[in-house]
Amino acid sequence: MKGFILSFRSEFYKSRKTLGFWASVMLPLLIGVLLFVGFYTKSEKLTSMPPMMLWLQFAGAILGIMGSLVLPMYIIFIAYSVNSIEHRADTWKTLFNLPIPRWSVYAAKFFYAVFLVFMCLALFVLFTIGFGNLLSIVKPELRFDDFHMEKELAQIYFKLFLSSLGILSIQFLLSLFWADFLKPMGIGFICTIAGVVAATKGWEYSYLFPYAHPMAAISSMLKNNHGDPAHSLQIDVFTKDVFVSMAIALVVFITGYFIVQRKSVK
Amino acid sequence: MVISTEGLSFTFGKQQVVKSLALQVPEGSIYGFLGPNGAGKTTTIKLLLNLLKPDAGNINIFEQDIKTNRINILSKIGSLIEQPALYQHLTGRENLLNRALLLQVPAQRVEDMLDLVQLTHAANKKAGQYSLGMKQRLGIALALLADPKLLILDEPTNGLDPNGIIEIRELLKKLVAQHGKTVFISSHLLAEIERMATHVGIINNGAMLFQGSIADLQAISKPLVRIEAENTVDAANLLTRNHINVTEVTDDHLTIPYISKQQMGDINSLLNKGGQTVYSIGKQQKDLEKLFLDITQNA
Repeated sequence: MKGFILSFRSEFYKSRKTLGFWASVMLPLLIGVLLFVGFYTKSEKLTSMPPMMLWLQFAGAILGIMGSLVLPMYIIFIAYSVNSIEHRADTWKTLFNLPIPRWSVYAAKFFYAVFLVFMCLALFVLFTIGFGNLLSIVKPELRFDDFHMEKELAQIYFKLFLSSLGILSIQFLLSLFWADFLKPMGIGFICTIAGVVAATKGWEYSYLFPYAHPMAAISSMLKNNHGDPAHSLQIDVFTKDVFVSMAIALVVFITGYFIVQRKSVK
Repeated sequence: MVISTEGLSFTFGKQQVVKSLALQVPEGSIYGFLGPNGAGKTTTIKLLLNLLKPDAGNINIFEQDIKTNRINILSKIGSLIEQPALYQHLTGRENLLNRALLLQVPAQRVEDMLDLVQLTHAANKKAGQYSLGMKQRLGIALALLADPKLLILDEPTNGLDPNGIIEIRELLKKLVAQHGKTVFISSHLLAEIERMATHVGIINNGAMLFQGSIADLQAISKPLVRIEAENTVDAANLLTRNHINVTEVTDDHLTIPYISKQQMGDINSLLNKGGQTVYSIGKQQKDLEKLFLDITQNA
């Protein structure tokens, strides 16, 4: 366990000056700012909206692109970036001859990638709420402060986080073995497009395909309340696609460990 | 023995890269591991560090089996394999601090190492901007960071200028003499190893050709008498008629095995009496470079 913590801290130390780390902060910030500017400049068209609809518009604009393209591509990039640090510096050999168990080194790297995705999505929640409330201060006619959906937003993003673990584990393994960006990127991109198509066309087995999970997470997030308006915003976190995503992550993570254990370090 | 292996073998695909190697590295030695490029040196080092899994054979380091005591053994080894592995986007100091974090070494040790390899002035420069020699020195600092008992260095003087090579050599000698370390150093340059090693192993095509102390190696290298003469062919014929074995004849000199000073004098007078003009005659140690070639080519 000590080895794991040391390795994890080292992952942070190594990556804190790289694009991989800062992308996790800049992506939610940038999207938040863009939306803030958009709502600010178009505020006159939005003043008539009830607070709940305002929030749904605001958060929904981000969620729409997140599920389809931004989240999978971001995950592909993160999985690549934590591994490419070692590929570029040719440091796999030094990592694996540290007096630290191999599983610690491997698991720390994997969980650091998971941590980055978690942090990025947590910042999305934070910035969505933050910028929404900021809008109600600078444009008091936008009644963002009259409705609260912090809990629901946190639930939605947590669901997105869980549904991204499957892709992350697969991309992580691909990036571990291939030093160049194009292979994991190419495979990830094609699978993402296939995933989006599968999820939007309502293919019945799309819940089994990890690259369709973020999209599925968005479309399956609302509980079916048979039109009961009082509970129209209840979030269903643990749907079957989320369970599949977590199961795939677990299986791929363990398989990866055995591959790393046997693998020769060139 | 700090390192001892038996029957160590490794195959890449169908090519056997290491063949039944039996290394014996005594404590407190500087063991020069010599071989031409592609002889299997780096592969052997990776086997020693458990980065590659041997097909057959045992590796014992500090009298412990690497298979069962991996972590314990690795905690006492500092290594530099091929070109130093550095995070280019981190500074020299940050590279050391990162490793210090992993090895749980106090930060002061980082400053000491920077000082030791004379990189203090460049400590805040990105490692990617270092010259080859500076990278190599930083690599050595990384290897020494945890104050290991055994240093395994793969061609550590690659890319260093003559001053840098001398510094590394002196540093390694000091580590062994004053701090009781053991150094296992690979090279394809015999002259370099000859100047510091106490023990030598010579490997070619994955097989050990020679292993022993540097004195053993020099004993194999028999001295010769080198004679410069006006007409080397006639001189050689004259010597042969007098039952003296001539090993080499070129346009400007000939060589015969050295026996004694008296023998050199006898040969000189024999040649003079035979009407041959001798420009010079002298004893010559067969240089190790040549010996090395002989051993590797005869294998």
